[in-house]
Amino acid sequence: MAETGSERRAKRMSIIVTKGTLDWAYPPFILATTAAAMGLDVTMFFTFYGLPLLLKKLDLQLSPLGNPAMKMPMAGMHLGMPNIASMIPGVDAAASAMMNNLMRKKGVATIEDLRGLAVESGVRMIACQMTMDLFDYTLKDMIEGPELGGAASYIDVATQSEINLFI
Amino acid sequence: MADQTVDAKGLNCPLPILRAKKALQTVGAGGTIEVLATDPGSVKDFQAFCRTTGNELVESSTEGNVFRFVLRKTG
Repeated sequence: MAETGSERRAKRMSIIVTKGTLDWAYPPFILATTAAAMGLDVTMFFTFYGLPLLLKKLDLQLSPLGNPAMKMPMAGMHLGMPNIASMIPGVDAAASAMMNNLMRKKGVATIEDLRGLAVESGVRMIACQMTMDLFDYTLKDMIEGPELGGAASYIDVATQSEINLFI
Repeated sequence: MADQTVDAKGLNCPLPILRAKKALQTVGAGGTIEVLATDPGSVKDFQAFCRTTGNELVESSTEGNVFRFVLRKTG
């Protein structure tokens, strides 16, 4: 690609992934797969609520609670949901199902697909050791590929990257 | 004619780019791929993709609601 035939190394990008809801899972995986497709070496560091995005079986949910910006197209309008509705059991699950439906209809990839494409395109994935201990996970719970590491591993990557994102 | 056609119609960001990248890996240097997409964002995105990767955007056109891109692999 652009770097071929020269001494220059590929550009690098790192992303700290801290959120594991259905909506917030998208930006890191979209950017990681796209950057990899554009020839960058990409590292993702999964910590706190981002860590479960590496679990073999995903069942991602989202909540309209505390998110007044979340308005879904319904019956020709854009409808938000009052915070109190989100406290009713089943409402978050319904909102998640609605979002999944909408995404399928609009040709948006699933997180499972994007994650698979990220692994396939050589994106390096680091699972935060401390979070693994904190929430009682082992690498056996995770997909093939992630390695364990801590803050120093991330900083080492970040100091060599042109782009460092915290999502 | 392009060496390969990628039908990315109905797919949303970033899938048209990811499918195009996959196809580029299967053609040799100098080879071309044709990408068909309906995502309006893909027009700017294919320009950016080519600018960064060094591949050549030979053609970018619209027929109805379908965007057509022809990319030549340079690297």
